[in-house]
Amino acid sequence: MIEFTLWDILRNLLLATRWTIVLSLIAFVGGATVGLLLTFMRLSSNRWLQRLTSLYVDLFQGTPLLMQLFLIFFGAAAMGHPISAWLAASIALTLFISAFLCDIWRGCLEAVAKGQWHASRVLGMNYFQTMRHVILPQALRLSIPPTVGFSVQVIKGTALASIIGFVELTKAGTMLNNATFEPFTIFALVALLYFALCYPLSCYARYLEKKLYDAGLR
Amino acid sequence: MGPTLDFLTLLPYVSELLKGLTTTVILTLVTTLTGLALAVAVAYLRVNAQPWVRWGLGGYVELTRNTPFIVQLFFIFFGLPGLGIKIDAITAAFIAMTLNLAAYSAEILRAGISATAKGQLEAGRALGMTTLQSYRHVVLVPAFARVYPALISQSIIVMLGSAVVSQISVFDLTYAANFIQSRNFRSFEVYLLITLVYLLLAFGMRRSFMLVGKRVFAYQQGEQR
Repeated sequence: MIEFTLWDILRNLLLATRWTIVLSLIAFVGGATVGLLLTFMRLSSNRWLQRLTSLYVDLFQGTPLLMQLFLIFFGAAAMGHPISAWLAASIALTLFISAFLCDIWRGCLEAVAKGQWHASRVLGMNYFQTMRHVILPQALRLSIPPTVGFSVQVIKGTALASIIGFVELTKAGTMLNNATFEPFTIFALVALLYFALCYPLSCYARYLEKKLYDAGLR
Repeated sequence: MGPTLDFLTLLPYVSELLKGLTTTVILTLVTTLTGLALAVAVAYLRVNAQPWVRWGLGGYVELTRNTPFIVQLFFIFFGLPGLGIKIDAITAAFIAMTLNLAAYSAEILRAGISATAKGQLEAGRALGMTTLQSYRHVVLVPAFARVYPALISQSIIVMLGSAVVSQISVFDLTYAANFIQSRNFRSFEVYLLITLVYLLLAFGMRRSFMLVGKRVFAYQQGEQR
């Protein structure tokens, strides 16, 4: 049997943290892309598009992320197209995150006073010009703090990928635990590593929020 | 296996489904109550207690909010026995969910509490209320009413997150799903059904919370925006 020193444990956990970070990045970029698309669908004048987007958001916010993960991972296999845990986690997290970001961003766009739409139209700007020059710059400013705050949820969400066998930080923790039987040390370290990833983002989000507040925008 | 759905294969497993549903519902009900109660205590102490208590509670809240629920659960269920504290799976799930909900709700409540003007508390004292009385009637209940929608959402998030307790062998809805799909190999149908049940639970929870809120905070309605 191999002896594991504390350094061995920490080193292996740190190596696995890479995959937590990579998966978080993929999920965030994917989620943001789909989320942006959904936000504009939600704000379109087509009632069916609006309803469809609301339904999408409600479905993904009203069901456990774990179930979404299982449905995609096992669903694909049951349909005869087995996919890797990597891909399943990326897809599930992308869909899950997009629903939340759509909700956050829609709120930010709607927070820009309605009168500005009318004012821009009176000035002769069309929909896209109004969006591009008046609404989006303001909404973007409002949206950054909650988006940074939500990225913490993204990182924490990737922990569920461990359940379908994707080796990231949490899975590495359980594997190391099976080899060393030092659950207290290992899960404390795992928690601290997540904390090290998430806490700076939380603080940054709070700082940005405060800055907006001080600027009188909130 | 072709891409055909067959929900009839789930019929023999109704009792497992019901057992899982019962566990999830009871676990949610109990932890919502204990979690919110603990949140009130934490929110109060984070403002009014000794500096070291405030500091410690701040650490608890930040640690909980910045680590995944599944890691908290594993730490309590697998990690604590390493220190000689042995707990069974359902207790571990109960503790983890309570601590998780309390940390988030305490932050939400704190926002509601800080919105109460300081003068109101002093006015309450001037009217002859004791410190606790004025805290309860002037600060706590209005704060609760103000952040009630956010508390509903947080409780639902914890309920949905409880799917993870299946990983430490608590027989909840997700565990039932895993159990059934290991027998009938109909994973997609099982998970689809269970997902729908969670969706209904989330919907039902929001509805009943709102009904309760309408009654409890009836006299606060004027103040709410």
